[in-house]
Amino acid sequence: MTAVRTVPAVPPTAPDRASSADLVAALRARRLRRRRVVLTVLAVLVVAVFVTSLMVGRTFYPPGDVLRVVLGEDVQGATFTVGRLRLPRAVLAVLVGLCFGIGGVTFQTMLRNPLASPDIIGISTGASAAAAFAIVFLSLTGAQVSVFAIAAGLGVALVIYLLSFRRGVLGTRLILIGIGVAAMLESVTSYILTKAPRWELQEAMRWLTGSLNGSGWRDVVPVLVALAVLGPLLLAQSRNLSQLQLGDDTASALGVRVERTRLLLIVAAVVLIAFATAAAGPVAFVAFLSGPIAARIVGARGSMLVPAALVGALLVQVADLVGQYAFGARYPVGVITGALGAPYLVYLIVRTNRTGGSL
Amino acid sequence: MTSTHTLQAAGLSLGYRDRVVIEDLDLAVPAGRITAIVGANACGKSTLLRSMSRLLAPRAGQVLLDGRAVHTMPAKELARTLGLLPQSPVAPEGITVADLVGRGRHPHQRVLSRWSREDDQAVAAALEATGTVDLAERAVDELSGGQRQRVWIAMALAQQTDLLLLDEPTTFLDVSHQVEVLDLLTDLNRDRGTTVVMVLHDLNLAARYADHLVAMADGRVHAVGDPGDVLTADTVRVVFGLDSQVVEDPLTGRPLMLPIGRHHVRARAGSATPTP
Repeated sequence: MTAVRTVPAVPPTAPDRASSADLVAALRARRLRRRRVVLTVLAVLVVAVFVTSLMVGRTFYPPGDVLRVVLGEDVQGATFTVGRLRLPRAVLAVLVGLCFGIGGVTFQTMLRNPLASPDIIGISTGASAAAAFAIVFLSLTGAQVSVFAIAAGLGVALVIYLLSFRRGVLGTRLILIGIGVAAMLESVTSYILTKAPRWELQEAMRWLTGSLNGSGWRDVVPVLVALAVLGPLLLAQSRNLSQLQLGDDTASALGVRVERTRLLLIVAAVVLIAFATAAAGPVAFVAFLSGPIAARIVGARGSMLVPAALVGALLVQVADLVGQYAFGARYPVGVITGALGAPYLVYLIVRTNRTGGSL
Repeated sequence: MTSTHTLQAAGLSLGYRDRVVIEDLDLAVPAGRITAIVGANACGKSTLLRSMSRLLAPRAGQVLLDGRAVHTMPAKELARTLGLLPQSPVAPEGITVADLVGRGRHPHQRVLSRWSREDDQAVAAALEATGTVDLAERAVDELSGGQRQRVWIAMALAQQTDLLLLDEPTTFLDVSHQVEVLDLLTDLNRDRGTTVVMVLHDLNLAARYADHLVAMADGRVHAVGDPGDVLTADTVRVVFGLDSQVVEDPLTGRPLMLPIGRHHVRARAGSATPTP
């Protein structure tokens, strides 16, 4: 921060005050510095993995070819492979990662519990079931599927909220109800998939665990629009969101309109998650993992929205690369993130039981 | 620079769902003084405090700050004049003292405004007033109960409000920390002229530290005024259903309540005799 070492605007009779103010400023500056370094590293990694994912595959293309394709030049072979296959997939990986990361950490922060992530409490599952329903039974595509996913996501959020709301106290009850709802909706998705006329494994996996296979620009556009509109809106609320961590009463005493803020945050986060889910399925555990990982790296201070979004993007990108190329067979991205997330979920529950705290 | 803000409840009725807790209550908080609200459990004292800081909307009547209804004031504007420390505030995991106290600056900041020198100074002043400068880098989770309560008060101080409401600020503290917190609030009142309104459990500490005592029973104000006038054996009987003897505190000259239970009291225990 600049403007920290300016002449203290304090009378000389209070030298202590000036020095404590300097101490406070110095602590904050140190925190910010660390945060900036971490964010820069994360952003660089996201770009690096993005470029890598354009280069590698069955055929390797050097960075020069990739750059020319991205700039719109026609390169023999690369234009199709990179421009039509890899580029939209890589862009979508970043976008859904950002959406899941920011949506997940919004819920986790607001409800003060890492388990209160939309993919644990059934919101992604609901969006996914609705998307599968729209595709299999109604033969819808593109934006229409997104509409179904969003409606279902908001519907699930509302149901969970109503079932768990008691005099403004949310928390453990909400998470348990959410887990139950998620299990129910997952079986709905399975049912829908068994009724699908043409059984296609890739498509099935997408709605069960999330997949980027076969994604094109038509999948990218809705997510991009949603993120461009709701991302800034959530960022503008980040201070209010941090205040909600102090509990409803304290937040309210500090001038936050708690109910209004919470409604805004829930709707924005659910819509982001739903758009991402409609495009790539409920990529398992990305929303759940991003926030805690970001908090571990950044140090649980300040807003976690941007760090979690970047971690989410990185998770999806890396998991997709690993799923495609690390093993003999190709696995959808959700299988990889699921394998990462499940142990962490177990760890969280074990830790909570040991400390004797509520969930 | 004593606070001149007036805070009053006028014809206030409060409740949760179908349960009425307070009906048609009038109360004026004297500016620049320390007011303590006492009463038995569930008499509505916390409910009243919550409503005065607009955490609970009234069913009828209103809470007026300088003649304006607090429930229709812009949230941040209210939060720049009136602060509240709830009974059991939640600290986010891993948050440092300086960071938590800085949260008190929220009503003075706009959505995208940057942290200012003024914010740093307010936080520093709050840390100093509460003797927590040395704790600034520590995580709130690691602190003792007394330290933690001072940090929460520091957060409320960083808010720089002329009125400060506290819901049982001494609960869960041992007696030395209780006194420490109440001394701190008295300093605040004397040095800055902050109007303090607090709900307290301990009658004797309330009588010692408050300039103005409000005794509540069953959602009503039973007695209000100078502690010497309010704290009588009669009040204690009505408010707590307890026989007692009130003597003069030899240290302060304020009233001191001695409860009369069924045991241990000598035969000539004063005016109120225990039931056999």
